[in-house]
Amino acid sequence: MAEQKAGCARPTGAVVGEPSRQEKSKEQLIEKEINMVTAKVGAKAPDFEAPAYFRGEFTTVKLSDFLGKWVMVCFYPGDFTFV
Amino acid sequence: MSAVAANYDKLQELGVEVISVSVDSQFVHKVWNDQELSKMAERDVPFHMASDGPGNVGKVYGVYDEAAGVELRGRFIIDPDGVIQAMEVMTPPVGRQLSETIRQVQAFQHVRATKGAEVCPAGWTPGKKVLKPGPALVGNVWKEWSPLKDH
Repeated sequence: MAEQKAGCARPTGAVVGEPSRQEKSKEQLIEKEINMVTAKVGAKAPDFEAPAYFRGEFTTVKLSDFLGKWVMVCFYPGDFTFV
Repeated sequence: MSAVAANYDKLQELGVEVISVSVDSQFVHKVWNDQELSKMAERDVPFHMASDGPGNVGKVYGVYDEAAGVELRGRFIIDPDGVIQAMEVMTPPVGRQLSETIRQVQAFQHVRATKGAEVCPAGWTPGKKVLKPGPALVGNVWKEWSPLKDH
């Protein structure tokens, strides 16, 4: 069986039967990103708020709630991966 | 992440809060904790496991892989003022070394405690020689610190 490269689901930007509007949505995305702060060493961290699992509860975690403390933020490829 | 969970007490001693982030939902995080991580770490995951489904957080941190739809291994040390003091970004197949993160936190905490009067040379761990930057040290680091003996 041929192995398929795992990707992720993304919308085409159009309704069914209409041509993809992906090009346009990509431009919009870039435009949006220009206005966003990005992470740089020596600069204040971009704040974020995200749904979370914390000690048996579904919660919301917000980076700026930890101002005054040291924080380690760790991104990783995915749950149930091998490393 | 199991290594961070297993060694969480060391981070707590240093006053470090941990937030892990992946594109998985918080529900998958729960099942991963229950089914696997808690067995590996011999405890439940004690830190915040955040869900970044659309990769929006990963994008502003420069760690979101658009093609794969997942986040790279990115580790950020943020100080009490909210300033990023260190970052390390790796592709997925190689894991991190938590003791290096702990060493860096200890070094940054030392610098902060001395308000920058003392800095930590290469390979510094608590108890090792620090340097005091100033006019007298310029050109004289070689007298104070040796990469062969003090590293």
